[in-house]
Amino acid sequence: MKRVYKRPEGLSKTIMRYCPGCGHSIVHRIIGETIDELGIREKTIAIAPVGCSVFLYEYFNCDSIQVAHGRAPAVSTGIKRVNPELIVFSYQGDGDLAAIGTAELIHSATRGENFTIIFINNAIYGMTGGQQAPTTMPGQKTTTNPYGRDPKLAGYPIRVSEMLATLDGPVYIERTAVNKAVNVLKTKKAIKKAFQLQVEKKGFSLIEVLAPCPTGWGISPLKACEYVDKVMIPYYPLGVYKDLTQVK
Amino acid sequence: MNPDIIKYKTGEKILLKGNEAFAEGTVRAGCRFFAGYPITPQNEIPEYLSWRLFEVGGTFIQAESEVSAINMIYGAASCGARALTSSSGPGISLKQEGISYIASAELPFLYANVMRGGPGLGNIAPCQSDYFQATRGGGHGDYRIIVLAPDSAYEMGNFPKLAYDTAEKYRNPCMILADGLIGQMMEPLEFNFDFVDVEKIPSKDYVVGNCKGREMRVINTLHMSTDILEKHNWDLYRKYEKIKAEFTLFEEKYTDDADIIIVAYGTAARISMAAIMKGREQGIKIGLLRPITLWPFPEKIISQLAQKVGKVLAVEMNTGQLVEDVQMAVNGKAEVYFYGRPGGNIPTGDEILGVAKDALKMKNVEPGKINVLNKL
Ligand SMILES: Cc1ncc(C[n+]2csc(CCOP(=O)(O)OP(=O)(O)O)c2C)c(N)n1
Ligand code: SF4
Ligand SMILES: [Mg+2]
Repeated sequence: MKRVYKRPEGLSKTIMRYCPGCGHSIVHRIIGETIDELGIREKTIAIAPVGCSVFLYEYFNCDSIQVAHGRAPAVSTGIKRVNPELIVFSYQGDGDLAAIGTAELIHSATRGENFTIIFINNAIYGMTGGQQAPTTMPGQKTTTNPYGRDPKLAGYPIRVSEMLATLDGPVYIERTAVNKAVNVLKTKKAIKKAFQLQVEKKGFSLIEVLAPCPTGWGISPLKACEYVDKVMIPYYPLGVYKDLTQVK
Repeated sequence: MNPDIIKYKTGEKILLKGNEAFAEGTVRAGCRFFAGYPITPQNEIPEYLSWRLFEVGGTFIQAESEVSAINMIYGAASCGARALTSSSGPGISLKQEGISYIASAELPFLYANVMRGGPGLGNIAPCQSDYFQATRGGGHGDYRIIVLAPDSAYEMGNFPKLAYDTAEKYRNPCMILADGLIGQMMEPLEFNFDFVDVEKIPSKDYVVGNCKGREMRVINTLHMSTDILEKHNWDLYRKYEKIKAEFTLFEEKYTDDADIIIVAYGTAARISMAAIMKGREQGIKIGLLRPITLWPFPEKIISQLAQKVGKVLAVEMNTGQLVEDVQMAVNGKAEVYFYGRPGGNIPTGDEILGVAKDALKMKNVEPGKINVLNKL
């Protein structure tokens, strides 16, 4: 019999403790497969953020560092400058990356640091109990927007990929989603390309992944996947925002 | 190692500002990674390193903030590099988050605080306002930093080797607590240690990168189990007790026949020496105990001297921080006096001699209580 599906070597055997329907575990698997396919496990360092994916260092079968909330791009910078041969990816939520860690994000991007950021946009602070994120949708209810996010009081959601694409530093920026099979496949393609570019020392890449958080949103996993399609994608269009490898 | 990068021979007399001596000393001691953010009065350190690290094949990054700088250090130290950052009070405050993580992860690295006046934006004049912040850990959580207090360009240049070796021995951050005067004063010095060949620094078995042939490694500060975190805290405690027992440094001058002992570090100690010399000309016997490590604090020697001499005067460029450690060391067994100049003002030798004379004259003073000698 031919084996067609197995746990990637890039992932450890630890059982992930994410909620049913959570986007994090799908993206972990994609990164694990990518690590296997590129044969980079032994030289990869995963940077764990503060957020629901804080235990990422238990889930990946490579060296890792758990860092302070939002600071992953600065830590990644330190590693890559000391040892450019290593492959470094930081994995960050919207609070981690687009609120408390905005400065670290923008400046590592503009320096064109040669590492990869996987940015999980689930429009909420999952870990701390469903508070407003910088990417929370207008009108979306959270535990700190009991009446729904009112942009007049709480500002507008940040479109990270569009913002970063204005900088000269990054080499590749794409937004994908993991709410249905076709999008999962596109996410895999994007993440693999980003890692490949790092291996080739091409520079900074970020993949923004729209991911369901059924628990934080207070809806079923199925409804959460629909929410990504109906509410998030119209505000956060999927696609490539920057790709210097296509420029001739 | 390419010998062209050595720059100064061991023992060669040179003239440098304290900050430059420190910067050169760190490179000489094997530092190859600096990240920092400009702030006066320490700017000579990043400015010097921006070309000097380039010469030796190292990395210099001007970060977007002190918060980023310290996290770049976390990354570099995680890979085993001798990493460095420097700042002054306001920037050190921002770095405390990262320092707490690095202390918990037990990674060695070196940083300098070239102190200025505070609180808030304060001013850029020399001050000793951050003693508490330095000696109590500084950030959140239960940890300690090894703190060295240089009093000259010579010590600024030579402490980096001691600092890196000690930091690596104990897997603990180490800091240099200087002030604007020590940093900016130009003085003759020589290096007392040979240029370190970074290729020969032994590799560390706790750093990340290249996990070929071994289990994956995690550098982590999160311990959700209360039992595991309690154990981690006690492990750190035991380490700190070991450092206290093995690495407490101080300098004693004229203590043998003294009628009063001044306890002071850095610039305050330098000026106190001037007061002591002038006092001796007038037949007034003052001794000096200069803590070189502020943490661990040289409490034993202070306790012994206090019992022998009976009067101890702490001189600081603040409103009284080190004096609390002196008070604890004295433990009610001697009279404790304090004279301080905060705000960036520097006391003169005459001022210090004057208050020492006042203290010598004072009678029926309650032992152990802090007597402030400033006329307020
Ligand atoms: C300095 C600091 N502030 C606040 C927190 C508390 N905190 C932990 S996770 C989190 C939000 C995480 O949200 P996000 O980055 O979107 O990740 P998610 O859980 O949604 O995946 C916050 C505020 C912290 N750990 N550190
Ligand atoms: S709270 Fe949301 S992001 Fe966190 S594990 Fe649950 S579904 Fe995933
Ligand atoms: Mg989130």
